[in-house]
Amino acid sequence: MSEADTLPKFLLEHARDRADQPAYREKDLGIWQTWNWAQTEKEIRYLACGLKQLGYERGDKLAVIGDNRPCLYWAIMAAQCLGGIPVPLYQDSVAQEMKFVLANAEVRFAVVENQEQADKVLEILEDCPKLETLIYEDPRGMNSYQHEFLHRFAEVQQLGERYDEQHKDFFENSIQEVSRSDTSIILYTSGTTGVPKGVVLSQDNLVQTSRISADFDQLTSDEEVLAYLPMAWVGDNVFSIGQAYVRGFCVNCPENRDTVLNDLKEIGPTYYFAPPAIFESLLTRVMIRMEDAGWMKRKMFNYFMEHSRRVGTDILDRKPVSFIDRMIYALGSLMVYEPLKNNLGFTRLKLAYTAGEAIGPEIFTFFRSLGINIKQLYGQTEATVFICVQPDGEVMADTVGKMAPGVELKIADDGEVFYRSPGVFQEYFNNPEATSKTKSEDGWVATGDAGILQDNGHLMIIDRAKDVGKMKDGTLFAPKYLENKLKFFPFIKEVVTFGKDFDFVSAFICIDIEAVGNWAERQNLAYSGYTDLASRDEIYDLVYECVESVNVDLARDDKLRGSQILRFLILHKELDADDGELTRTRKVRRNIVAERYQPLIDALQDESQKQCSIETEMTFEDGRKGTVEADLKIMNVQKISTPVHAKAA
Amino acid sequence: MNEASNSEENQQIPPTGDFLLEVDQISLSFGGVKALQDVSFGVEKQQIMAIIGPNGAGKTSMLNVINGFYHPQQGQIHFKGLHRKQMRPHEAAVQGIARTFQNVALFKGMSTLNNIMAGRNLKMKRNLFWQALYYGPARDEEMEHRLRAEEIIDFLEIQAIRKTSVGRLPYGLQKRVELGRALAMEPELLLLDEPMAGMNLEEKQDMSRFILDINEQYGTTIVLIEHDMGVVMDLSERLIVLDYGRKIAEGTPDEIRGNQKVIDAYLGVTQTN
Repeated sequence: MSEADTLPKFLLEHARDRADQPAYREKDLGIWQTWNWAQTEKEIRYLACGLKQLGYERGDKLAVIGDNRPCLYWAIMAAQCLGGIPVPLYQDSVAQEMKFVLANAEVRFAVVENQEQADKVLEILEDCPKLETLIYEDPRGMNSYQHEFLHRFAEVQQLGERYDEQHKDFFENSIQEVSRSDTSIILYTSGTTGVPKGVVLSQDNLVQTSRISADFDQLTSDEEVLAYLPMAWVGDNVFSIGQAYVRGFCVNCPENRDTVLNDLKEIGPTYYFAPPAIFESLLTRVMIRMEDAGWMKRKMFNYFMEHSRRVGTDILDRKPVSFIDRMIYALGSLMVYEPLKNNLGFTRLKLAYTAGEAIGPEIFTFFRSLGINIKQLYGQTEATVFICVQPDGEVMADTVGKMAPGVELKIADDGEVFYRSPGVFQEYFNNPEATSKTKSEDGWVATGDAGILQDNGHLMIIDRAKDVGKMKDGTLFAPKYLENKLKFFPFIKEVVTFGKDFDFVSAFICIDIEAVGNWAERQNLAYSGYTDLASRDEIYDLVYECVESVNVDLARDDKLRGSQILRFLILHKELDADDGELTRTRKVRRNIVAERYQPLIDALQDESQKQCSIETEMTFEDGRKGTVEADLKIMNVQKISTPVHAKAA
Repeated sequence: MNEASNSEENQQIPPTGDFLLEVDQISLSFGGVKALQDVSFGVEKQQIMAIIGPNGAGKTSMLNVINGFYHPQQGQIHFKGLHRKQMRPHEAAVQGIARTFQNVALFKGMSTLNNIMAGRNLKMKRNLFWQALYYGPARDEEMEHRLRAEEIIDFLEIQAIRKTSVGRLPYGLQKRVELGRALAMEPELLLLDEPMAGMNLEEKQDMSRFILDINEQYGTTIVLIEHDMGVVMDLSERLIVLDYGRKIAEGTPDEIRGNQKVIDAYLGVTQTN
């Protein structure tokens, strides 16, 4: 058992005990470059000393902005080694969004990946009076920038190397001064409602939860993870920093944002985390490519997938399965499952987690039946991720699992879930009011989610507590539940339903351009882009079928029969985080969508209207704005009154 | 203003050591069609210069003359201080002139990487036999060139399509690959024929940034043709304006913006010469 109790101490320990083992990998110029723990310690040491030379003090905030790169992980750790506080930001935020965080967190130093991020920071510099020093990693395009407070990452490290030679013990001493109760990081929640809040997590929060969860899933120092989810997201801080330091395993950074799936295949991680949307798009890609395969391959694929659907999950859960079925499954492994897993990069995968949103049962079962141990967990930033996890052998599609070790759980009368755990955050930074609203004196935290604790100890999340409402006639309306059901269809990417205080439920739908586009190609349907495709009658018919089958499903449930979706339209643009319609973690901001598209909601509720025109403002990646006008058709859906018995699935 | 009108009246540019490329009284005609008449201008080292003008003004012909694809009936070209009257395109390439085309001209069936490697071909010394053998010096050479190709892929941020065959890529990306192939030659002079045609706003911004970065990082001199005035005015330090094969103006973006002849040419005032 390790003696280290803070992440910086783990760094020293690994550099001593497993110096030659890989700590970071990054694909650069087409080749994977590796840093072992000894090299990593040096990189962080020099950076920390360089920061010190530039005037970085204990308690200073250091913003980190960019894609997942080893150097940015080192920046986070260098700040912690100096007793400072890293504040990672979402790399795709526009400058105005960054302004709030940089100012609110009182950031003095910022380490950014490249010119793109540096430009954003420079744009809002005047509004962040405390920001003094900007360090950039990639020098490309930066030659003409003459500001004195701009420093190159490599130069800061050179500065640090000299300082380290003169002050041999500085780095170690500085690490020894970091205590368990010190703040390790401030993470800004993406904020489904209102402005972002800075969640303060201590060294103890990260070390304890990482240790407990690594024990729970028996993670070792041999794991390989792919760090590709935003560094500002709490999950990355637990999976790619907390657990990686506690266990000492290797973190792999993809070449860039667009190469993730390819890099996944090359790395073949043993431990993997992805939101449901990624598993969904992987499944969609597999299905699309199988459609293009020859008939023999297709036949074989369908036969063995059918078989794995029947027995695959049972085999994974070590339940009794007949000898013949096992033999057929083994043959399937040879012919289909293993080659497929290899293609996805999942051959070595021991454990995969999904969280953040509900995952479609078909998607979940698809991966599990291939023998991939994918599990769900339920967590939030305020809990340092873990609230509930699914133990091996007790994995279900509709629950998020049992209480994680060390977590206490209770459900309030109105259904809201509360928890208490070693991971509970310290406070919201500079926001005592919000802190006291969320966290009680004795450490119970309100999740804002409504859930049901089942008799077997599993938690089922229905929706955001404040979103669950009643329709005019008193029928229960849980928007997310309906939306998830629709989103499980590959053609549908996003749904927003409206029903609270209305006579009936209506929906905005965004199609999945990849899946629908492929379908359109197959039908020889020419189209120019998203807006064009979304307005086609053929696509409306396609979506109609999806909505209808959800209604059939709902009609079976006494409580939800009244909340069938009776009218829908397909939006002319995808919901976009740049327009504020989604959070940076791609969750729908319901009230903003409702505000922007109020005329559409009115038209949906007015049954005499067959179409509606709308003008919306769009934000481009650089923050410029433009407007789009569109005429949208509205389609009615038949209400299903009597339960229809299941069609063959 | 005065600089613009001076050079225009003189039609002569005093030869100085700073010009990488000087075009001296070029005239080009196809039968009775006079594509270029008496065009002269100079491009300084590390400058970004744009050639603009209405459709059919002779812009692409000018580029074709510079890289030796067309042979002008009159006039001379000085490149890197060397005088030349006629040259074939591959000689121009050896001398350090690379270009992209208005209509993308890539090897559609080959991957992005191979297209860019094709651009390195001129720099390779080993013959076909050694390359096929892929052994010893040929292998080292290939690795060295692959590194350069990878640097370009990194520079243009096209890692994700490294192994995709370019025929399957959207137009905007094909343009980027084509730029990559031109860069692979490590040119001193890069000729870009409408690098942003058919692109949306974001793609144009990306491409503009690449052009500026190429100029800054590699010190490459760039001559480009572009129709998007906003882009041209932002990118280039100097412009020349062609109309009916004649140079009607030359100057900085600000000078060109206020030039009455240019405004007339674009608005379609009848020629009275």
